[in-house]
Amino acid sequence: MRIGIDVGGTNTDAVLMDGRTVLAEFKTPTTPEVTGGIVAALDGLQAGRPFPPADVTAVMIGTTHFTNAVVEAERLSRTATVRLGLPATAGLPPMTDWPAQLRRALGEHVYLCHGGYEFDGRLISDFDESEVRAAAADIAAKGIQSVAVSSVFSPVNPEMELRAADVLREVIPGLAVSVSHEIGRVGLLERENATILNACLRELAEHITAALEKSVRGAGIEAPVYISQNDGTLMSVDYCRQYPVATFASGPTNSMRGAAFLSGRSDCVVVDVGGTTSDVGALVHGFPREAAVAVDIGGVRTNFRMPDVLSVGLGGGSLVARAEEAVTVGPRSVGYAIRDRALVFGGDTVTATDLVVAAGMCVVGDPARVADLDADLVRAGVRHMQERLAELVDRVKTSADPLPVVVVGGGSILLEDHLEGASEILKPDHFAVANAIGAAIAQVGAEVDKVFSLAELPREQALDSARQEAVAKATAAGAQASTVQIVDVEEVPLAYLPSNAVRIRVKAVGDLPLGGEDVAAGT
Amino acid sequence: MSRLVHEEDLDDLARGAAVLGTGGGGNPYIGKLMAQQAIREHGPVTLVDAAEVPDDAVVVQAAMMGAPTVMVEKLPRGDEAAQAFSMLEEFLGRPVTHVVCGEAGGVNSTIPFVVAATLGLPLVDADGMGRAFPELQMVMPGLLGVSATPLVVADEKGNSILLRTVGNRWTERLARTATIEMGCSSAFASYVMSGQQLRDTMVLGTLSLCQDIGRLIVRARAQHRDPVRAVADRLDGRPVFTGRVVDIERRTETGFARGRAVLSGTGDDAGSDLVLNFQNEHLVATRDGSVVASVPDLIIVLDSDTAEPVTTEEIRYGFRVSVLVAPCDPRWRTEAGLELVGPRYFGYPFDYIALEDRLSTGTGTP
Repeated sequence: MRIGIDVGGTNTDAVLMDGRTVLAEFKTPTTPEVTGGIVAALDGLQAGRPFPPADVTAVMIGTTHFTNAVVEAERLSRTATVRLGLPATAGLPPMTDWPAQLRRALGEHVYLCHGGYEFDGRLISDFDESEVRAAAADIAAKGIQSVAVSSVFSPVNPEMELRAADVLREVIPGLAVSVSHEIGRVGLLERENATILNACLRELAEHITAALEKSVRGAGIEAPVYISQNDGTLMSVDYCRQYPVATFASGPTNSMRGAAFLSGRSDCVVVDVGGTTSDVGALVHGFPREAAVAVDIGGVRTNFRMPDVLSVGLGGGSLVARAEEAVTVGPRSVGYAIRDRALVFGGDTVTATDLVVAAGMCVVGDPARVADLDADLVRAGVRHMQERLAELVDRVKTSADPLPVVVVGGGSILLEDHLEGASEILKPDHFAVANAIGAAIAQVGAEVDKVFSLAELPREQALDSARQEAVAKATAAGAQASTVQIVDVEEVPLAYLPSNAVRIRVKAVGDLPLGGEDVAAGT
Repeated sequence: MSRLVHEEDLDDLARGAAVLGTGGGGNPYIGKLMAQQAIREHGPVTLVDAAEVPDDAVVVQAAMMGAPTVMVEKLPRGDEAAQAFSMLEEFLGRPVTHVVCGEAGGVNSTIPFVVAATLGLPLVDADGMGRAFPELQMVMPGLLGVSATPLVVADEKGNSILLRTVGNRWTERLARTATIEMGCSSAFASYVMSGQQLRDTMVLGTLSLCQDIGRLIVRARAQHRDPVRAVADRLDGRPVFTGRVVDIERRTETGFARGRAVLSGTGDDAGSDLVLNFQNEHLVATRDGSVVASVPDLIIVLDSDTAEPVTTEEIRYGFRVSVLVAPCDPRWRTEAGLELVGPRYFGYPFDYIALEDRLSTGTGTP
């Protein structure tokens, strides 16, 4: 059996699964320090369905800690950026396009140095070791512990970034260095942005990953712990410690994959209603549809592959306000305090949950406490919510045809059983913990990154060979062959090498077999 | 009538310019950031109508040359174009009075703002093509007899070269060779024109059109109307294909980003494929083996959902895009125009068929 845990901003959800069967589920408030929520979740599962810790084969954790830290500009380390590229690139120094709040949180410790490559591998200018040393001395004097290093055309030649990293570590022992060629693709600003985000999260990552592991071990579970990545695949705790930026957007990915699993639908719209926000995305052939253009995280532009998810500030804890004739719900929310503040729980604040209870759409808390809410307010508020959710569903749909809509998350009670543009509304069992299920059924991925000489091997054959190798690697890593798909292909011409060399990167992803009887029965 | 262009106006403008850029013209995001930075530092740019430019004005085109794939990595130093302008003024022996865009496209519609803001010069609401083309001689003033030289090409290292040539094709060859040596990205100042020449030969009102298209996309999205359709209607064009990118091949070759993208159809286009061939800009679109559009008509690639323009250096595996075709400026459809920018010039073995004529016959050419 395996355990999936989703650490969200409001709630920590956990499931215990055996094959495709959910044995136990548990929801508990996320605690400010990581450990408490995880320990409570593991205890909750144990209480729901006692299990010997030794029977757990894997623990998969999805966490929004890192995304939230960036969005809130809190808990981030002071970070320096060393860019190699002068005299080019001076027109747009690092962090030029960042929101002021984030720039302040990291400090503006930017060092432009000579170096970098031309497209064909020539040097823009020589690597100047004394310049990097001077930067390192300044960084050391400021007491900064994490540095991002970028260089022009490092995806074509990473050597200069690696030299700079060596010099920095030599001057500042124990320094955390994030190098851009390991994190992003061609496109200096976006790659560098992702590298800086990674660097400012390294310290937090040390802390979080240690706490996650400690909580799991504390429950007597010795099985490996994995963390979800943005593309729905897993990474080890050690990898996450070095590349925390890879967790970005794993929340929406997990909830969509969990929804697909629970509903059995592979093409549908998924609405994940939480306490504060609702996320809406589309599943196409079982995969979250990805955003095409560059994705902003906390206002920072990156070129990660991310699910295309629209968010709206509307959830179970959203505040209800009336101005003149109009009733609005959200974006402000009582968040995790809903159990103290909502009317149905004995509080004094009108929330979205109170409206749907008053409208008779569901029973939560004590319906008597909302019995005398103004009927007009209830009607207008419920209509307002339905319209906004319908609008989001409409925006993520690829065609005008009605599609199934799968509703998951703790706030799903907000949605009526009918929605404009939906062919059916599904609220599958265990819908409240879809994220944790998504984490538990995470996929395995494999990447091939190789240089081919197109003078020796025609391009089609080179691509085919890379694709086949990636699929074979994913299968070897445990993915079921029938589910493996190519999710990314990238080709970088290496003009400085002879015989028409190209670097080809292919990523393949597939499902882990879940085991259990019903899989063997083919359902 | 002149008006001021502020930092916030550039979002719409750069987006619209990238639509007309037909995949090229340089990365709109980088160009926009540089222009916004220049305006923050030096104040808003005065945009003037061609009608207001005095006959004895000295109007000069500012642009960047090279492969857009290189420009997203090797960002400019920032003052390359201004450096080219000052060397050109030195040669001319008189000051430049107006800046103008060579083409509509991401960087090349916004770099002139950097030059205008830095040098404190007005910018003319016009461009040389009404779209983007990959080569320097492919501008309307060139077609109508204006010389590209004297021209100054400059790089981020401080190198600059003054060219005087016997024809605009030579200018392209020599400037391109210099640009490749400079690392496949350079800035240049060229096509020195009087106010009268400007009015006679340029495509007028382009920057206003860009801003209008950009605004239209944002508004259509906000109103939940199909933004792709909105762009097509504004440009008298038509959507020709919707699909997903299944292969993308790109090379930095002879100073250009050359390659092709293969789209696999979705929705109404399921079962078909569309191949886009590009040289910085999209040149030819071929559906299931038949040409459905070619230069000089505009082949525009937009994100299917948001109608954000997708450039040839950004397009990648898995993108869902809509392709639409819009008619070019009628002057490109003359015999001389097609000789300069028609499909045969780019090495394709077929003649140009105007978008409208393809629609009436219902098929493409072999």
